[in-house]
Amino acid sequence: MKPTSNRRRRGAIVAVLALVLAAVLAACGSSNDDSGASGSKKLTPVKLQLQWVAQAQFAGYYAAVAKGYYKDEGLDVQIVEGGPDIVPIDALSAGDVDYAISWVPKVLGSIEAGAKVTDVAQVFERSATTQISFKDKGIAGPADLKGKKVGSWGYGNEWELFAGMQKAGVTLKDISLVQQAFDMNGFLAGDIDAAQAMTYNEYAQVLETKNPKTGKLYTPDDLNVINWNDVGTSMLQDAIWAPTDKLSDSKFADETVKFIKGSIKGWVYVRDHPEDAAKIVTSAGSKLGESHQLWMTNEVNKLIWPSTGGAGMIDENAWKQTVDIALGTKNDQGKTIITKAPPSTAYSNEYVQKALDELKAEGVDVMGTGFKPMDVTLKEGGA
Amino acid sequence: MTAPSAWARFAVRALLGTGGVLAVAGLWEAYKALGPDTGVVVHGVVVLPRTTDMAMPHVWDMLHKFSQPVNIFSGHQTVGSAVLDACVFSLKLAATGWLIGVVVGFALAVLMARFRLAESAMLPWIVLSQTVPLIAIAPLVRRWGSQIHIGGWTWTSENSVAVIAAYLAFFPVAVGALRGLRSPDATHLDLMHAYGVGWWRGLVKLRLPASVPYLLPALRLAAASAVIGTVVAEVSIGLRGGVGRMIIEYAQSAGGDPAKPWAPIFGAIGVGLVAAGAVGLIGLLLRPYRRGEAS
Repeated sequence: MKPTSNRRRRGAIVAVLALVLAAVLAACGSSNDDSGASGSKKLTPVKLQLQWVAQAQFAGYYAAVAKGYYKDEGLDVQIVEGGPDIVPIDALSAGDVDYAISWVPKVLGSIEAGAKVTDVAQVFERSATTQISFKDKGIAGPADLKGKKVGSWGYGNEWELFAGMQKAGVTLKDISLVQQAFDMNGFLAGDIDAAQAMTYNEYAQVLETKNPKTGKLYTPDDLNVINWNDVGTSMLQDAIWAPTDKLSDSKFADETVKFIKGSIKGWVYVRDHPEDAAKIVTSAGSKLGESHQLWMTNEVNKLIWPSTGGAGMIDENAWKQTVDIALGTKNDQGKTIITKAPPSTAYSNEYVQKALDELKAEGVDVMGTGFKPMDVTLKEGGA
Repeated sequence: MTAPSAWARFAVRALLGTGGVLAVAGLWEAYKALGPDTGVVVHGVVVLPRTTDMAMPHVWDMLHKFSQPVNIFSGHQTVGSAVLDACVFSLKLAATGWLIGVVVGFALAVLMARFRLAESAMLPWIVLSQTVPLIAIAPLVRRWGSQIHIGGWTWTSENSVAVIAAYLAFFPVAVGALRGLRSPDATHLDLMHAYGVGWWRGLVKLRLPASVPYLLPALRLAAASAVIGTVVAEVSIGLRGGVGRMIIEYAQSAGGDPAKPWAPIFGAIGVGLVAAGAVGLIGLLLRPYRRGEAS
């Protein structure tokens, strides 16, 4: 071996090492910059797990952070976003977070499987799940679903639909069940006759799309909507869940009351300032378009306000209806969500009651009797 | 090899590369123009997609999208610059994952090359590790990671994504490097033996240089795997900032604004190309050892 080739090799090795080192340094530099949080003292750190990425569905919590309502209660709340494979109750049970937002029927299954969690505030009083179809399909009620291509996301989003069909005497054999994607393209292309749609999201997605026949956006007049609240098979959706065992600790119980208090104040702000609330959510990192975000804020307000028993109160009848459907509705494999009634620890009004009492004493309107929804005009693509 | 011919070869390559991209775009537009609106359906199964603007936006619409603002609140940021930011973020995570994967993979390969027992014990597990679906381990890694607190340092979701990228990236390196380290001729090994050189010295002088032709393709594969791992893990756990999260966020607009969801997809392709290109640079530096590589 000649010395020159040796030297060249050594040079190459040094160069590679330098490159590797540079990459390491770049990588290390990137992972450190989210340290150094708030400098305020004596705030109790609290983590809240959402069930999806930042969007107006969670406007109340983002507003409570932005407006300092949690700080007023001595809490430093960090909102943890969800994703397609994140199960909020799993994160809660594992102790990663202090509270989680999740739908009641999904959690009932987890509770039967052994999760020890308690619904401490029922934020959404009404259900936002609907089944929408174009008028020419003639689907006005669940009975009309017979013989149709019916879309569903599955993963626990299907139970209100199945219960509504069961109530109308339509079995799963009478329909062809279609797996629905995140977008509404299947519905718009005609692969699905009646598609699942949240009032605050997918319904708006359809209204943001141009009708190729007219060249204008679709309007509510083009659509039939089956609302499960009207059919009587609605189930409770977004609720705040806390770990049952920790609630027996009086310090955590106090913290829970404070957290609910701050959250309800946030939702009151969203009710009274929907446009600002939509902006807060967008500046928190949501990528939704302006009109879509505002639409979602407005629709979510309708799920909470006006409140029958005070925002966050768990209505016994609504809880019972949710549990009954969870026990009595069979899916395509003949299974129900749960096989026996959930334990009494599955929900408690103790903490939300305290929070509401304190808020009322402070003069906060927790009923929203005079609530009037906005008229939101959607733009193409939700822009 | 003379200089002009090298330039000419480069020019031909660049032309062929651009031509390839243009051919795909042309094919897309040609099918869109000529294909039936309802797509090609055989026995109720869609074999070719619908050609509507919603299913297949025009190439120029997709490109035009990059110059549009993300939304009203975002000031003047365009989709293009948002995608670029996301790409840089994902690329950093993928690079971290790649690096961890390469180090771990190479260490495993050396261990397996040194001890036959280690190879018999570990190789089946290494192969098995790649059969675990990524979406199953992503939330698990995040959950396990979140229990880790060392001093003031806590595990972040970014770390989880990098680990998942590494989980995919180490495999080709471990297998490729093992083959490479085993590749020297018996005569060369005998020569080392005759010189009375120890195993480690033999590793540095003989086995490592000999492994380069096997290692380089493995590194390229690892780069591609790291990018896929990063994007899928970002989608799976909804990590903010990267291309993966952007794909699910923009998928919302699939109906109203069909060109928009394509923007982050092109971004992901870009990340893959940059990653592969960066590994190509390493190949240039290691050229003296590349004698045997069939490329």
